[in-house]
Amino acid sequence: MSGELKLLKPGTYFMMGNIACVEAALIAGCEFYAGYPITPSNEIAEHMSRRMPQLGRHFIQMEDEIGSIVAVCGASAAGVKAMTATSGPGFSLMMETIGLAAMLELPCVIVDVQRAGPSTGIPTFVGQGDVMQARWGSHGDYELVVYAPSSVQEFFDLTIEAFNTSEWLRIPVIVLSDEVVGHMYGRLVVPEHDKITIINRKRYTGPKEAYLPYSHESLVPAFVAAGDGYRIHMTGLTHDERGYPSLEIEDSHRLVERLVMKVRKNARSLWKYETFYIDDADVIVVTFGITARSSEEAVRRARSEGLKVGMIKLLTLWPFPEEPIRIASQYARRILVAEINMGQLIHPVREVAECPVAGINYPIGYAPPPEYILDGIRAAV
Amino acid sequence: MGQKVVLRERIVDESPRDDLIRRERFPHIWCPGCGLGTVLKCYVEAIAASNIPPDKHVIVSGIGCTGRIAGYVRLDSYHVTHGRPIAFAEGMKIVRPDLEVTVISGDGDLVTIGGNHFIHAVRRNVDINVFLVNNFIYGMTGNQMGSTTPLGAKSSTSPYGCPEPPFNLPLLAAALGAPFVARWTTLHVRQLADAMKRAMNVKGFAFIEIISPCPVGFGSYNDLRDGRDYIKLFLENCIVDHSADLNKVGITLKPGEPIILGNFIDREAPTYHDLELEVFKKAGWLK
Repeated sequence: MSGELKLLKPGTYFMMGNIACVEAALIAGCEFYAGYPITPSNEIAEHMSRRMPQLGRHFIQMEDEIGSIVAVCGASAAGVKAMTATSGPGFSLMMETIGLAAMLELPCVIVDVQRAGPSTGIPTFVGQGDVMQARWGSHGDYELVVYAPSSVQEFFDLTIEAFNTSEWLRIPVIVLSDEVVGHMYGRLVVPEHDKITIINRKRYTGPKEAYLPYSHESLVPAFVAAGDGYRIHMTGLTHDERGYPSLEIEDSHRLVERLVMKVRKNARSLWKYETFYIDDADVIVVTFGITARSSEEAVRRARSEGLKVGMIKLLTLWPFPEEPIRIASQYARRILVAEINMGQLIHPVREVAECPVAGINYPIGYAPPPEYILDGIRAAV
Repeated sequence: MGQKVVLRERIVDESPRDDLIRRERFPHIWCPGCGLGTVLKCYVEAIAASNIPPDKHVIVSGIGCTGRIAGYVRLDSYHVTHGRPIAFAEGMKIVRPDLEVTVISGDGDLVTIGGNHFIHAVRRNVDINVFLVNNFIYGMTGNQMGSTTPLGAKSSTSPYGCPEPPFNLPLLAAALGAPFVARWTTLHVRQLADAMKRAMNVKGFAFIEIISPCPVGFGSYNDLRDGRDYIKLFLENCIVDHSADLNKVGITLKPGEPIILGNFIDREAPTYHDLELEVFKKAGWLK
């Protein structure tokens, strides 16, 4: 039986978010999964352990989250699409190696099903406290892309998008989900497979002598895998275009600039967001993940009360969609940032907004009920 | 030692293994008297003798003096985070079983910060080679003690003598089921290169502990200040005993106590790859 037939068939399903994430990864072409048990992401590993061998692909349960993300990097260096999934404490352990993936320019996908923190927190409760860590968690200068789904469908779509973006830009991409989106059952429509865009990393096939694994000629150098015969060197040390360690400031400057610019220069095509009722809105709620679901209902109710309220749901958190927020802020009187934390996404919003910005910060643990968001809206109006 | 050293007028331009060495990266960073050049030489000799095409050989190393070895070998080579080369190699080997993946890294990297990955990779019997260069110290960061520093040995963080007993690495690897376990020093170049070649052809996890001089680092704290002091130590104290009781091969470096070398274990055991194929059958992918 061919692998193609064993992918989730086109159709409409009622499915758990974490399971939809796995099926999306399989359709995107993920061939290697490494993970370590952690709530509330476990369904991803469990379903992977069942599904990957059915397709002749690889599932391994590693000894910890560090081993998991490192093994993902090794598989990616061998040329395959690879991913891991975790939650807060495991995400913290992965940070050093996310920097390695950025530095070696190894495409990979990391799913963080956020839970209540800090530390061990409440493993079975929701949180949105990893917004800043997802962007800034590893040391040094680098950029990556972070997507945040708010529904089962978005978890599916953004997982495929994460693989595509990671392959296109040769970067680690994070799917910042949360406990509620991970565990909720919802409607999932899987399109015809040939209608789904799948991007594979650009491979170098030219002459060996001319190959520069870290060429600065383009923002994203062409990739060769272990065993391709190019005998390349990859190092986490600052390197020149040959991939060799370098102490030259010029090499360091050009490398870091390219690592950052390949994301920044493509920011516009990476920004994903949806707007609701913003054309005449005095107050705009900016939100993401499960909080966007409550906020959407709150905004509807506010509208029914005659309040001019709109909403922007961010599907891309990083690179931060500056332009849509800035433009919205030029028309609105006030922006409210709703999130299940003490205020994280509010900071980039404040950085670009030209109107006052306030937070609707729900205590970590539950998805905020629409009334809570509505109270915040009423207070602002 | 009082003798004038006369440098050759002409430094040779070529080595017979230039096809496997990135000579454009020389001079290397290693100190005078260090054993790592010998390890590099033995590794490329083993590759040449392995009957596996160089394009199929991959080297992965971590951080530290030994970690730099990947950068000097003309192979697909990966220099990753501290302690993690084994996990990286596992991911690579699992998706590309046709590659001959070798990890060469130091004691601090592989069994101290990376100890957890080491024990689990041996237990899984992933078909990789791990050549651990043990110099008893963290050289690159300034000679701090580690998990292989002999009890009582001095270092920059054990001025009163190392207060902890060290690992007995052949015993550890053997207890975890490694199919191949050996220990040699950089003085035993032929035996070391032969053991490396054997490791490359062993099915499963092949482990070699390589005892290596560090006169500038460990030696300067422990009365082994010259490369020749180490050679003398190895000549006088090493005993080759392939069937040694591994409970008794711990290294103390005390006068009169031997350093036991040999190809201790060479056996067969199902590899991770073998067992994964069984999973593929149960899942219906393979008949």
